[in-house]
Amino acid sequence: MDLMSFFRAKKPATAQLARDRLMVAVAWQRDNDGRRNAGPSYLPQLREELLAVVRKYVQVADGAVQVNVQREDGLEVLEMNIALPEARPGS
Amino acid sequence: MAKIIVTTSGKGGVGKTTTSASFSTGLAQRGKKVAVIDFDVGLRNLDLIMGCERRVVFDFVNVIQGEANLKQALIRDKGNENLYILAASQTRDKDALSLEGVEKVLNELADQGFDYIVCDSPAGIERGAHHAMYFADEALVVTNPEVSSVRDSDRVIGLLASKTRKAERGEKLQEHLVLTRYNPLRVEKGEMLSVKDVQDILAIPLLGVIPESATVLTSSNAGAPVIADPLSDAGQAYQDLVARFLGEDRPMRFMTVEKKGLFNKLFGG
Repeated sequence: MDLMSFFRAKKPATAQLARDRLMVAVAWQRDNDGRRNAGPSYLPQLREELLAVVRKYVQVADGAVQVNVQREDGLEVLEMNIALPEARPGS
Repeated sequence: MAKIIVTTSGKGGVGKTTTSASFSTGLAQRGKKVAVIDFDVGLRNLDLIMGCERRVVFDFVNVIQGEANLKQALIRDKGNENLYILAASQTRDKDALSLEGVEKVLNELADQGFDYIVCDSPAGIERGAHHAMYFADEALVVTNPEVSSVRDSDRVIGLLASKTRKAERGEKLQEHLVLTRYNPLRVEKGEMLSVKDVQDILAIPLLGVIPESATVLTSSNAGAPVIADPLSDAGQAYQDLVARFLGEDRPMRFMTVEKKGLFNKLFGG
């Protein structure tokens, strides 16, 4: 920090705000022009993080967590499926 | 086999023509035979940036409509004998271009032994932009680290993946991100989207980062592509970009703030 900035009011960093707003705007755009049906760009990361949380408690396979965003009647629904491993007899 | 590259962005004023001019000049400096075509019918500018505006006699539309042949309309660059410019028409309306006409000219250029054909797209996503991108093999997506430019680039990336000949044939059109007007100091202060932010959102490979530079304006004032100025940071960044495009391994430069002296540390902004 330099001396002059000590006297200036601290402004919040807006780049992060720009990034967040763009993520939403771009996801909406991609849904609307029918491309990249993979859904919003945050889905892969969300899936990874959910998988990590589930694995704290249950050991599941890599593909056990499925996340989808669906549009129904103008409503966006985040759908999540977590398949638990079959219980072994006797355990 | 000529390779067709479109310079596109969606948003206007982000550096498409500056990039087309420097990119094609850089390829020519490396011995490639290059034609660069201005697709902005009615608003031609490439001729000014390349400094050949007084030598335009015939243009792209004249060739398409058979009023001149390609040889008459191609303007040889003043600095590079293997670089040619095809100017846009200044008087015709936008409907003067047709996909068939564009294809005919591109085929003729390929037959004449051009290695690269650079198509400088107009802003927007209307017909002119469609004509410029339709036959492309690769695309330079020129983007500023700014919200509207990034969103428009994303839209254009969608069009490249659906409304081009390659897409219709089920082939992949290679996109390259060209991030222009980059200001590392503002990025460091959290005032500007970083290279990584833009890459995360657009998810296409980065070809080059061009720093915001006073020499871009002074070069266009003088009608010489900024890549021709060896002292310019933007010019050097374009040199790196062209080298990377041709497969050389060059580290990214101009992405971080240069170290300040003691005086600047104490009193600088």
